[in-house]
Amino acid sequence: MMDIAEDSPAVLSALDRPNSYIGRSVPRPNLQRLTQGRGQYVSDVALPRMAHTAFVRSPHAHARIVKIETTRAKQALGVIAVVTGAELAQVMTPWVGVLTHLKGLKSAPQHPIAVERACWQGEAVCAVVARTRAQAEDACELVEVTYEELPAVVDPETALDANTPVIQASLGDNLCFERKLDVGTVDNAFAESDVVIETTFRFGRHTGVTNEPRSIVADWSQGEQRLTVYQGTQAPHMMQDLFAKHLNLRHDQVRVVTKDVGGSFGIKVHTYADEMATVALSKLLKRPVKFVADRLESFVTDIHARDHRIKAKIGVKNDGTITAFEVDDLTGIGPYSVYPRTSGIEANQVVNLVGGPYTCPNYRAQARVVFTNKNVMCQYRAVGHPIAVAVTEGLVELAAAKIGMDPLELRRRNLFADDAYPAQSASGLKFELLSHHAALAHLDSMMNYASLRAEQARLREKGIYRGIGFASFIEVTNPSAAFYGVGGARITSQDGATVKLDAQGAISVHTGVTEQGQGAEAVIAQVTASAFGVPIEKVRVVTGDTDNTPYGGGTWASRAAGIGGEAAWQAGKALRENVVALAAAMLQAKPGDLDIYNGIVVDRATGAERLPLEELARVAYFRPDTLPAGIQAELVATRHYVPRGWPFAFTNGIQASYLEVDIDTGFVKLLKHWCVEDCGTIVNPQLVDEQIRGGIVQGIGAALYEQCVYDERGQMLNASMMDYLVPMAAEMPDIECGHVVSPTADSELGAKGAGEAGTAGAPACVMNAINDALRPLDAAPLVDMPFAPGKILAALGKV
Amino acid sequence: MSDFLLDISLTVNGEQVSERVEARKSLADFLREDLALTGTHTGCEHGVCGTCTVRVNGEIVRACLTLAVQCDGATVETIEGLSDAGEVADLQAAFAQRNALQCGYCTPGMLIAAQDLLARGGIPSRDAIRDHLSGNYCRCTGYQAIVDAVEAIAKQRAEEA
Repeated sequence: MMDIAEDSPAVLSALDRPNSYIGRSVPRPNLQRLTQGRGQYVSDVALPRMAHTAFVRSPHAHARIVKIETTRAKQALGVIAVVTGAELAQVMTPWVGVLTHLKGLKSAPQHPIAVERACWQGEAVCAVVARTRAQAEDACELVEVTYEELPAVVDPETALDANTPVIQASLGDNLCFERKLDVGTVDNAFAESDVVIETTFRFGRHTGVTNEPRSIVADWSQGEQRLTVYQGTQAPHMMQDLFAKHLNLRHDQVRVVTKDVGGSFGIKVHTYADEMATVALSKLLKRPVKFVADRLESFVTDIHARDHRIKAKIGVKNDGTITAFEVDDLTGIGPYSVYPRTSGIEANQVVNLVGGPYTCPNYRAQARVVFTNKNVMCQYRAVGHPIAVAVTEGLVELAAAKIGMDPLELRRRNLFADDAYPAQSASGLKFELLSHHAALAHLDSMMNYASLRAEQARLREKGIYRGIGFASFIEVTNPSAAFYGVGGARITSQDGATVKLDAQGAISVHTGVTEQGQGAEAVIAQVTASAFGVPIEKVRVVTGDTDNTPYGGGTWASRAAGIGGEAAWQAGKALRENVVALAAAMLQAKPGDLDIYNGIVVDRATGAERLPLEELARVAYFRPDTLPAGIQAELVATRHYVPRGWPFAFTNGIQASYLEVDIDTGFVKLLKHWCVEDCGTIVNPQLVDEQIRGGIVQGIGAALYEQCVYDERGQMLNASMMDYLVPMAAEMPDIECGHVVSPTADSELGAKGAGEAGTAGAPACVMNAINDALRPLDAAPLVDMPFAPGKILAALGKV
Repeated sequence: MSDFLLDISLTVNGEQVSERVEARKSLADFLREDLALTGTHTGCEHGVCGTCTVRVNGEIVRACLTLAVQCDGATVETIEGLSDAGEVADLQAAFAQRNALQCGYCTPGMLIAAQDLLARGGIPSRDAIRDHLSGNYCRCTGYQAIVDAVEAIAKQRAEEA
């Protein structure tokens, strides 16, 4: 079933019970704490005897570490220890970022602190631990490192050339991973096309710029032989496993606590050498050690992403039929594949996703992932999607312009039909149920497309150049074990929830998914309150603590609502059954005749109130002697969920951008942005829309502003917020959201993910809108992100 | 260097504070480390992101670009003080209602910057709100919800005035 949903009012569904919160914009439970400055971010954590670490970082992109002289640093005020990579290697084992299902993917062992060689500018080569961060930084200046600079590999285009130095000699070459795909009859299809368009897209290497930098406090208790790590992470259980593995501890010796996280976006789901070093230093020094990256080190150590060059080709017929897609992706990922998710996933996703919304059966792709001496790249919000969508949709709109067809009409002729499901893309992606045409029609009417085109034409006559650009997209959400588990990574795809009734009739939910601002806690509370039958004020959600939550994957790949939410739904239902069974025994009724509504056990048929939960709990906990013989109250229920029916719950949608290009300055003014997407059941419309809006603005950053600029020696030239531009309030447009609802049948809740759709589509439609604006001026199509004013003026032949 | 210490006395959130601080210590670090007022966050520590915005003698400043010793004799107000005094309670409620914060890290600075605009009175246009907040970085929301919340309170206060 597929329904058009209103843009913000409640979307009620079969999941509605009398006091359902599903489909309602319930405010998140913890917001007032955060507005009052009472958050508990890791950067706020202070423990008794806590020391601070700062790192001496390589100023060279590639260098042999000849000597590290630490005598003066060790004598500096407040210094507790100065520790080199070789010394820390005695405490923690190195890791290798590979996955077996990405066949042939290879990487070299990486240590928490560089041993012998530094492989990118910013890699830590020595740690200083002191009583304060300032003292640690002071002493870092007293560490004398002698380097022998080595040739740096900075250009992915030549990384595989025979005369280019090999970064990791043990690997034999600079190729990390390669994938090829050839489906259908690509050469014939191009030969039979009326128009073939070929161009080369470039994407600026950029990074997450979380407002709170990466932060960690590690506390090894020598007395308990136990490690507690306070970490701003998206995946506490994954980190527990990795800390245990590389310190040779058991899981029960490691607790990871994640309270408030100041933004993550995929940045905080990876293993960072300096964070691993902080944990190892705590073990070595037997005291709490804190590391908070400062902004300058964030730019050269937080994972980068999207540094892709894609030669791309599309064939179309004059009737608009797309005949074939072909892409050749080259990406440079730094000197190591990042652990444990690897740096092959983004290119792999590009290969998977190009052409994804369209029925075109002919598709050839090649992706090569190469090592370079730059900061490492890995998964960042919408992994691969912004690239694949920009390539696909960029080609589609170039083709539409070439054959003189409206870009929406060309899409209508090629998108999978809404009644064609289940379906499969040329690359083999399996779609359960998508709604491309319904989404497109909804967008068309929301933005009043025809009148916008008329306005555009009117203004062109006055020398005002406005553009309209679109991007249809699909998004990977709710990943099953097919994403990481099958490749040998100990990253769980299942998640759990434990629901408990307390002695006053309220409930708590302990969940394996985590909160970094998306609103996972609200979604879990809504789902559990609805499944169990209490007012939402009576639900407290506990997340982010490996000692106190069911084993779970955390929050990434748009999985919290779809997977964590379903586990909570099932757990809430299970507890309701337990409570109803107990109430039936107490009331001498049949369980099937009772239900729970608004915190009260009621007659299912009449709604008559029979027993408040508070009274039931009082009896169960304090007067169990009064219960009938043989009745044992079980007021805790745990359930787990993992998608099994489909490898991923694909979502779909379409975005549009309306903007104005100043052809004298090259500046782009964003006027308006629209997005219609389909994330299945919408648990909280407001939270979904805000995920979309925030994601779109992140994508706009990629399209217009963000790029980590490196020179030919591998030095990042703009590693500060003074020089690296991010979207700020003044330049951003208002964004209108709409929805189509196609629930997944893989779960009862039917929710798919919504966290990355905005970022997936925004760069493509901004690009298309710029090219649409400039088309009457015969500008060369802009395909090299970010579209800074200079590039626009160059395309216009003005510079 | 770190042995250069100075004594300062100031009023923070209405409380008299006398501390000995390093000359180089920023106001942001002083508030967070010496006074445990962790509601003032640091995002870039070079004056771009606005996350550390506080009020000094009634004016909003970047606490990361202000030295603690510059505040000798000053009156400093942080999000903790504004919250306890109820000065921004309506804005805080609107931010929660409109989901104008996600991770919440920028929020204290964003609220103090918004209050600075609204205290001037009148109902600023959406563009004026965007302009005034353009020195406060938010990676989560895309800003629209923040603009909505600030606009709503500007209207509400104008009605109540």
